[in-house]
Amino acid sequence: MKEIKIRTNNLSIFYGEKMAINNVSVNLPGFKATAFIGPSGCGKSTFLRSLNRMNDLIPSFHQTGEVLVDDLSIYEKHIDVVNLRKKIGMVFQKSNPFAKSIFDNVAYGPRINGLKDKTALEAIVVSSLQKAAIWDEVKDRLQDSALGLSGGQQQRLCIARTLAVEPEIILMDEPASALDPISTAKIEELIHQLKDQYTIIIVTHNMQQAARVSDYTAFFYLGELIEIGKTTDIFTKPEKKQTEDYITGRFG
Amino acid sequence: MRSREIKDKIAIGITGLSVVLILATIVVLMVVIIIGGKDTLSWEFLTSFPEDGMTKGGIFPAIYGTALLVLIMSVAAVPFGTITAIYLSEYASETSIIAKAIHFAVRTLAMVPSIIFGLFGLGFFIKFIGGGIDEYLLGGKVMWGQPNILWASLTMSLLTLPVVIVSVEEAMRTIPREDREASLALGATKWQTIYKIVLPGSLQGILTGAILAVGRGAGEVAPILFTGAAYYLATLPTSLHDQFMSLGYHVYVMSTQSANVDQTLPIQYATTLVLLLLTFSLNFIAVILRSRIRRRQVR
Repeated sequence: MKEIKIRTNNLSIFYGEKMAINNVSVNLPGFKATAFIGPSGCGKSTFLRSLNRMNDLIPSFHQTGEVLVDDLSIYEKHIDVVNLRKKIGMVFQKSNPFAKSIFDNVAYGPRINGLKDKTALEAIVVSSLQKAAIWDEVKDRLQDSALGLSGGQQQRLCIARTLAVEPEIILMDEPASALDPISTAKIEELIHQLKDQYTIIIVTHNMQQAARVSDYTAFFYLGELIEIGKTTDIFTKPEKKQTEDYITGRFG
Repeated sequence: MRSREIKDKIAIGITGLSVVLILATIVVLMVVIIIGGKDTLSWEFLTSFPEDGMTKGGIFPAIYGTALLVLIMSVAAVPFGTITAIYLSEYASETSIIAKAIHFAVRTLAMVPSIIFGLFGLGFFIKFIGGGIDEYLLGGKVMWGQPNILWASLTMSLLTLPVVIVSVEEAMRTIPREDREASLALGATKWQTIYKIVLPGSLQGILTGAILAVGRGAGEVAPILFTGAAYYLATLPTSLHDQFMSLGYHVYVMSTQSANVDQTLPIQYATTLVLLLLTFSLNFIAVILRSRIRRRQVR
């Protein structure tokens, strides 16, 4: 029996008058990787960002329906959004390291949570960089600026930075779309390793990537959830015709 | 065909001519001042007090007074301006009434003639606040209700506030949205994001604003005319309620009201030269800083 980590009930998302997500109810399992696929503009990134309330930053955003994380409704007034975002981390499409040293980037999260002890900080930074499979490449230059790293390295650094906060869920918004194939492969390998300890939701416009890394796949189209199921099922015997059309490339 | 070429050449000619005129004006100005003042300029000149009714001696107290003035002014204007810029850049939505009102106030403040600041300083700082302190806190003793360096600095800080706000706000806006998003996504509060990401990234902008403010404050005379500047003081100011001498005011009085205007002429030139060199170099540094900030926008 799989544990359901995130659940949405009749979630609709609006930017002002415009509806971006239409009445989506979905169960996302814990300790698995779930991929959101669908053509550009279908709302998958919008849906992803509503899971850690990053859409709150957009003034015209509002939603109806519920998002439940561990059975707790997160759009209630009393919810501490800051804490929510510690539990649910996010990796963005374009890597966005801070203009600080590699060490300070990874230590940023623990520091803002009040951790001051140097030994503890060092331990977290080392372990996060190791988990993000970038430790060997940066261990000799932790005080160098993060901006000096390559694109792929910066993205893995951002993943390390997210891991340092010890989230339970990691949301990834097309994390490899700006990267070369070798870096992409490294990120995908990383997702495989992280799946054991974290719940991963990854938005990708690359179907082959979804097939490679995820256990479950959800297909979005024009703001609606068309189908969700085990990745192998979705790609070999999808239930809806729209899903099949998209997967076989009849539209994109 | 030919008339188009002629119009083209006329356009180039007129714009070229204006550039030449402006450059020529600056060059002539600098040359006249340098020739008039270079003989008087010396280390002794910069470090000694005026003597014989400003016909001999140096301008050290004026340099000291100007430095003290801009220091106190910066302590008031830079934090206040930075906080306002933080509010405008990070908290207020661009269309909100408060943001529009602040922007309007900043633009208006920047257009107010500097003599008005002087009058405001006299009426508000000296008579109202200073007078109030004297009457209610000091039992009528006349101490704060008169011109001094504190009131003059505060008056000057109102004049330079717009330039600080604009510089800092501009620098904050060049920090990409993604940096703030990354911080918030890690569970930081808005204030933590501002304090740890936005402010450190805006330091160059704050510095630019401060330098521009100092450049302006060092040269303006009207705001300090009735709020604290004095023509001759035997001693340097030692407390906030003392008056002070200033470079700009010194030149003004020497050239219009001193007993021997002609005899003070060399000193007038030299003082003007010092003031010009000071303002030029400050503005030059600010321009360089500002272009470095703008280049960062294309990250």
